Amino acid sequence: MSLKSKLHELKLKYQGKKMAPAFNAFHTFLFSPDETTHAGGTHVKSADDLKRTMNTVIMALIPVLIFSMFNAGYQHYSAINGFPADFSLMNDFLTWDNFWIGIIKVLPLVVVSYAVGLIVEFIFAVIKGHEVEEGYLVTGMLVPLIVPIDTPLWMLSVAVVFGVVIGKEVFGGTGMNILNPALTIRAFLFFAYPTWMSGDKVWVYGARERSEEILAGANVDAISGETILGYLAQNKGAEMTYSVSDMFFGFIPGSVGETSAFLILLGGLFLIFTKIASWRIMVSAVIGSLVMGLIFNQVVDFGWVGESSKFYGLMSFDFWKHLIVGGLAFGIVYMATDPVTGSQTNKGKWYYGFFIGFISVMIRVFNPAYPEGVFLAILLMNVFAPTIDHYVVRGNIKRRMNRLKNATIYPKDSDGKTEELKAETV
Amino acid sequence: MALLSKKDTNLITDPLADNNPITIQVLGICSALAITAELKASLVMAISVMFVLGAGNVVISLMRNIIPSKIRIIVQLIVVATLVIIVDQVLKAFAYELSKTLAVFVGLIITNCIIMGRFEAFALANGPWRSFLDGIGNSLGYGVILIIVGFFRELLGSGTLFGIPVLGDPIMKTGLYATGYENNGFMIIPPAALIVVGIIIWVQRSRNPALVEEN
Repeated sequence: MSLKSKLHELKLKYQGKKMAPAFNAFHTFLFSPDETTHAGGTHVKSADDLKRTMNTVIMALIPVLIFSMFNAGYQHYSAINGFPADFSLMNDFLTWDNFWIGIIKVLPLVVVSYAVGLIVEFIFAVIKGHEVEEGYLVTGMLVPLIVPIDTPLWMLSVAVVFGVVIGKEVFGGTGMNILNPALTIRAFLFFAYPTWMSGDKVWVYGARERSEEILAGANVDAISGETILGYLAQNKGAEMTYSVSDMFFGFIPGSVGETSAFLILLGGLFLIFTKIASWRIMVSAVIGSLVMGLIFNQVVDFGWVGESSKFYGLMSFDFWKHLIVGGLAFGIVYMATDPVTGSQTNKGKWYYGFFIGFISVMIRVFNPAYPEGVFLAILLMNVFAPTIDHYVVRGNIKRRMNRLKNATIYPKDSDGKTEELKAETV
Repeated sequence: MALLSKKDTNLITDPLADNNPITIQVLGICSALAITAELKASLVMAISVMFVLGAGNVVISLMRNIIPSKIRIIVQLIVVATLVIIVDQVLKAFAYELSKTLAVFVGLIITNCIIMGRFEAFALANGPWRSFLDGIGNSLGYGVILIIVGFFRELLGSGTLFGIPVLGDPIMKTGLYATGYENNGFMIIPPAALIVVGIIIWVQRSRNPALVEEN
């Protein structure tokens, strides 16, 4: 007897019991269920269901996660010992020491995120008596990747409970939420515990401990974990030692998984290839951010913003580099393309994506507290997505109504004359 | 004989639970969001509204037969404005710091929909005693929610209650803060009040499904 049929028997045994949803969640995790629609119903024959979709996104995230585990160690040791003079990928980056830091710092974030989130999902499923929803599979993986590495685990737990309950379950669960739950969690953390979410001490493991040791009187060097955007926001771009390839491949400090634009690009291509994520949103978001970046560059070129301005650093930053630093790439590929909270119509996706890119860079430059705005921009556009869709649909209806009004309909008259009927009553 | 008849008791108890002005009628939300970051401000606001609504209801009820219905809103506004100014002046005289915290919101009691709502819906059609009870009941219902929201927001947001630290000292890292706990800055900002009120509404309607509207 195969595992699949055994599981199916168990399922029948538990049917109707209180714990059935919890069992079913695991049952269909890898297998499609055995049930078929009763005869006469509509049969959909497709291997692609919500779980498959979610698993595909997880697959696209795995390289980013593994990279971030190495990067956690690399940033930690580089901050202490200085960056290696001639960087070699095998000797300096892909080392066990680096990976170990990833295991003790990144893995707990992943485990806590999943454990807390799934507990909430299971509780809601059992109370409401419906199946456990798959929505948290992706959210649970996204959350640890978009927080700073030193985020205390209890803060993450509080935020996850808030995000899943207030961001999703109160609206009716997966597929009904207005806001992206992962970003709701990020936004909650940002507003609730700002000192842990911004500044130059949270992006590199050890920086905060080190600064506390110094405060206590220890004779050690301070280590700084300022992000590139952080440097620019303070007009200290010149002090930065990161090359463009560092930025592109992700050997820079930042939120856990957002640094490697290269792997995110690969993940994005994979999602487009598997038709999970919308290429329209990704392309238009890239265009939007480039346009905003260009506008800022031009403003600087015209001399309207002098070097003394506090916006100079970020405004003069080459427009295309906005895409490879900070969370913009990650947000565009994995967050903006969320099919639930994004626009549904093809035309709407262009507007939706464009404004995400546009507003992201705008907030990034003008936000005085924190030089990053991707999560705020995406949340804002999540709110507007239904409105965009509404107007796209209305526009389409109007266009077709016009076509119908001007259409000539030819039911030939009995005497052979063509009668032009204006379809004005439609 | 009991102090209040059963019908009169209901005037007080209904707004506390199944006919709460904030959670059921969703009135007076504005002030509930604005001033509930501190428990003290919530309490003072609740008392102020209780005074304005209790006294206002009585005044309107006494005048109900002589107010021409065409200008009744203006008359009501004048009554509220008078009472609000009294509250404002008293606060400025005896609790200046607090009146600065409450700032414009005491003045804005005049626009609190609960007050005009009760004048229109109750005081214009009932006698002074019942109107008084209705005013007290509704402002109690309003105040209870304000105090619940204020309690959670101040406790989680600042770690204090009525300004007294209850969770330890966040700077010296004593009490709960020694374990790494931090105040939740989100609770300080007004959107948090919206969410707390939302959770109260949620809990209330889960306990009493009869309150859930059909749609």
